[in-house]
Amino acid sequence: MSEKISGAEILIRGLIAEGVDRVFGYPGGAIIPVYDKLYDYTDSITHVLTRHEQGAIHAAQGYARVSGRTGVVIVTSGPAATNVITGLSDAMMDSTPLVVITGQVFSSLLGSDAFQETDVVGITQPITKWAYQIRRAEDIEEALAKAFHIANTGRPGPVVLDFAKNAQNDLTEWRPYHKCNFIRSYIPSPDIHEADLRRVADLINAAKRPMILSGHGVMISGAEEALRQLAEKANIPVASTLLGLSTMPSGHPLYKGMLGMHGNIDPNFNTNRADLIVAIGMRFDDRVTGETSGYAPQAKIVHIDIDASEFDKNIRTDATIHGDARKALEGLLPMVREAEHSAWLDSFDIANGVEQKEVIADAIGGSDPMAPPHMGEVALKVSLAAGADPVLVTDVGQNQMLSARYFRYSAPRSIITSGGLGTMGFGLPAAIGAKMAAPHRNVCYFAGDGGFQMTMQELGTIMQYGTAVKMIVLNNDYLGNVRQWQAMFYSNRFSQTPMINPDFNTIANAYGIANESVQHRCDLDGAIRRMIEHPGAFLLNVRIDERDMVFPMTPNGAAVDHIIINEENDIFSMPENGK
Amino acid sequence: MENNNTLFTIAVFAENHVGLLNQLSIIFTRRCLNIESVSASQCSIPGVHKTTMTCYSDRATMEKVIKIIEKRIDVLKAFLYTDDEIVYQEVALYKVPTARLLDEENLEEIIRRHNARILEISRDNTIIEKTGHFDETQALFEELKHYDIRQFVRSGRVAITKSPQELVDKFLAEQEDRRRRIEN
Repeated sequence: MSEKISGAEILIRGLIAEGVDRVFGYPGGAIIPVYDKLYDYTDSITHVLTRHEQGAIHAAQGYARVSGRTGVVIVTSGPAATNVITGLSDAMMDSTPLVVITGQVFSSLLGSDAFQETDVVGITQPITKWAYQIRRAEDIEEALAKAFHIANTGRPGPVVLDFAKNAQNDLTEWRPYHKCNFIRSYIPSPDIHEADLRRVADLINAAKRPMILSGHGVMISGAEEALRQLAEKANIPVASTLLGLSTMPSGHPLYKGMLGMHGNIDPNFNTNRADLIVAIGMRFDDRVTGETSGYAPQAKIVHIDIDASEFDKNIRTDATIHGDARKALEGLLPMVREAEHSAWLDSFDIANGVEQKEVIADAIGGSDPMAPPHMGEVALKVSLAAGADPVLVTDVGQNQMLSARYFRYSAPRSIITSGGLGTMGFGLPAAIGAKMAAPHRNVCYFAGDGGFQMTMQELGTIMQYGTAVKMIVLNNDYLGNVRQWQAMFYSNRFSQTPMINPDFNTIANAYGIANESVQHRCDLDGAIRRMIEHPGAFLLNVRIDERDMVFPMTPNGAAVDHIIINEENDIFSMPENGK
Repeated sequence: MENNNTLFTIAVFAENHVGLLNQLSIIFTRRCLNIESVSASQCSIPGVHKTTMTCYSDRATMEKVIKIIEKRIDVLKAFLYTDDEIVYQEVALYKVPTARLLDEENLEEIIRRHNARILEISRDNTIIEKTGHFDETQALFEELKHYDIRQFVRSGRVAITKSPQELVDKFLAEQEDRRRRIEN
């Protein structure tokens, strides 16, 4: 007869067996038995107490995305469970592996409107990969093993385990933990068909103006090296989605920048001149495609993805490879021929020359030393000062687009941003989780004054754990991205976008966090240097002119090659010699 | 003929877990698609549950829905059919006053003509059952309407394909191979 232990202890031992050494959470009534057992296992599992459950789940997301490991969250029932909803939805959209354990009332009380009861499985089913309620202690091991298998195989995503309190308390036998590697109704990584590879290789070999779109799936499957080899062998330019940034280093000659509404001109414009688009681990989001009827009219579309439901969802495909991106690219590599597309590549450089002159030069600099710096300028300077392989964590809005555009990426998994859901307030807790997963990399968090205040309470978490996050608040006392739309499309009617803000430096002082503020361009370099040199957390409060906007911009409803390059609404056109 | 408003039959083979129907129905809700009918039962394979739904839509939309349904972890396989690909039936029950049945001579003739049958007769009410396609059960409804239908209900569609076995068999056989490969 083996020993009998409580369901709560089975959960903890199961987490350890799954290799978990860090969890993010917040205790409460319906999860106290788990926290009680956690107290016995502090040598094996570090618990990070955030200041809000939303902070816990975003921190777990940051942790998961920078490391590739499954993020684990433990919270109580009712309001705690509803507080993680935003993070679940965000993780679902951005394919982030999470196991979220929510406490639940005694199973005898389910459906009775008991104190802090909420229908967690019912609420979370649309925004999770799997949601399951554990009502008996004997079911914990199997449910936990399935949860970890589901969360971090195939297309990763969040899993919820709703853990009834009686199951936490009940005693049951501890059996050696078995990881799950097979579920009858689930095919995480399908076998790739040789014929599909051959068909795609033939299209690549025949293409005159091919282009690769690299998405988050390249990073998730660890296909960065295979991508680089394929691009180099067949001489194909690579552009990346927002979440695919850092799949190729910024300085690689075949890397042509970011796609999408605020992406780079050359890949967006040339999307509609390409004769072949090879999309890898991305999902043709509307921010990337613009108006779909005007998207890539000359191109055959090849889509490589592990999720078959993405094929033909937004853009019709001509060929698909269903499976793991790395396996697909490694399969294609020997089949594609060496090629040269120099005239085609030149056209990217010509378009980029226009962007450098018309957009980038101003965005990353300025002549007036007493003027406030530009957002892109701050991002570029921070990334260059932040040592080897820094990680960018962004909030949402102008800060996100401009830091994503101007940060320099040297290693994979260097950007953590809320791409699909666009969750303001995501950045600060995500940066905490990212720093904990990558303690030797500089984690640089960029936010606006709006998003910063949505989860600002997590400064308390930074204080408690001494998490050395570099926080850059681009402060224009406005909700800048909405303000930009109001300026461009709503006749300067700044409805509810001005904000009266507290002094963020005083707030940082209250948490014992080192800080500085920058009002003028001439003070920026020194402040950035001191921030990076400071061993601990640091908040840099940077004054930004509220009139600064993000360009280029493909407006809503326009085709991807209709690109506004400045406040005068000038539209990009390819210079004569670019044809 | 298929058009933007074709009635499709969706057959979903899944593990019989709590909350399965919700997982399926929210996929339709999110796309503002109305489920016309639904029925669920065991299928010929032990432990596998078959849910049959019908929905008016267009093929492109329904093909996307099928892929999203198959993405759910608890779902083994989902199939999309038009009426010509399946054998299907619905059951309808009609409650009419017994007195009218006794008084009206041609009511008996109606029941015979529609190949319906009487399930129960009490002093007050008679319950008639008719199995068939929608238009058949509807045709009987239209005729019985004149005899004061007190209650009426029609079941969800049940459907079986014209292929020799459950189409999920192949999936399960492949998965069994996968399991063996993983375990070895």
